[in-house]
Amino acid sequence: MKIKELIEKFDLKVLNEVFDPGREVSGGYTGDLLSDVIANSKKDNIWITMQTHLNIIAVASLKELSAIIVVMGREVDKDAIAKATEENITILGTDLTAYRMSGKIFESGIK
Amino acid sequence: MMEQEILYNKIFGISGKDFANAGSVSVKIKKILKEIGIKPEVVYRVSICCYEAEMNVIMYARIAKLNFTITPNEVIIIIEDEGPGIENIELAMKEGFSTATQEMREMGFGAGLGLPNIKNNSDEFKIETELLKGTKLFFKIYLN
Ligand SMILES: Nc1ncnc2c1ncn2[C@@H]1O[C@H](COP(=O)(O)OP(=O)(O)OP(=O)(O)O)[C@@H](O)[C@H]1O
Ligand SMILES: [Mg+2]
Repeated sequence: MKIKELIEKFDLKVLNEVFDPGREVSGGYTGDLLSDVIANSKKDNIWITMQTHLNIIAVASLKELSAIIVVMGREVDKDAIAKATEENITILGTDLTAYRMSGKIFESGIK
Repeated sequence: MMEQEILYNKIFGISGKDFANAGSVSVKIKKILKEIGIKPEVVYRVSICCYEAEMNVIMYARIAKLNFTITPNEVIIIIEDEGPGIENIELAMKEGFSTATQEMREMGFGAGLGLPNIKNNSDEFKIETELLKGTKLFFKIYLN
């Protein structure tokens, strides 16, 4: 599935910019511990997290994740959004919990 | 042994507590490797190792120098910090062991996976440390 479809399907908020709407999302990873995400996420995964701090951007950039979804309507730090834009990382938001967001995305076929 | 030819070398500074620039040296190194045309799998592994090492300096040390070298056969990274040193290396290498503060944990650090991540993603890995002086981390990733 492409990022653009994912945004439409789950009514995700776009917190900065969608840099590559046609980018394929392959699989996902859910977690709040950065070294865990570094170790276990894979390239082009969508990353579901409640972390909102600047440090998530370096993780997404280094691991070449397709986008970050911040859950539970949490407000993302301004400097994180600025950094994400600088690094061409798309940040999305949802009011759902990490569990529900992950479940829905999984169910939609991104496994 | 024959001296290895150096294709590229650069030294980066990392400051302790500098969470605002956390990961920026690793992102720079990744860009350099990509531009040179190093194969993606190697770029990926070097990036992971550098990130974890960089974060450990930011979290635990005062200051460090990261020495980044590319030779025809490998990427060599040496990070030497001034800091508290590591009391028990064996324990520090255990998955899940962490002395991260509550504040660091809230930011997502402190899984105790950083050093294991470096070990798992490098081809050679060594730590030297002296209490109250600092830590020297050395790792290599082969190009082939
Ligand atoms: N450069 C360093 N100077 C002093 N102590 C260090 C250094 N690097 C690691 N340590 C010690 O080793 C422990 C384990 O490090 P490791 O990177 O594996 O996990 P962490 O940093 O605690 O958590 P994570 O990396 O998962 O966010 C640290 O908690 C810290 O006590
Ligand atoms: Mg660490």
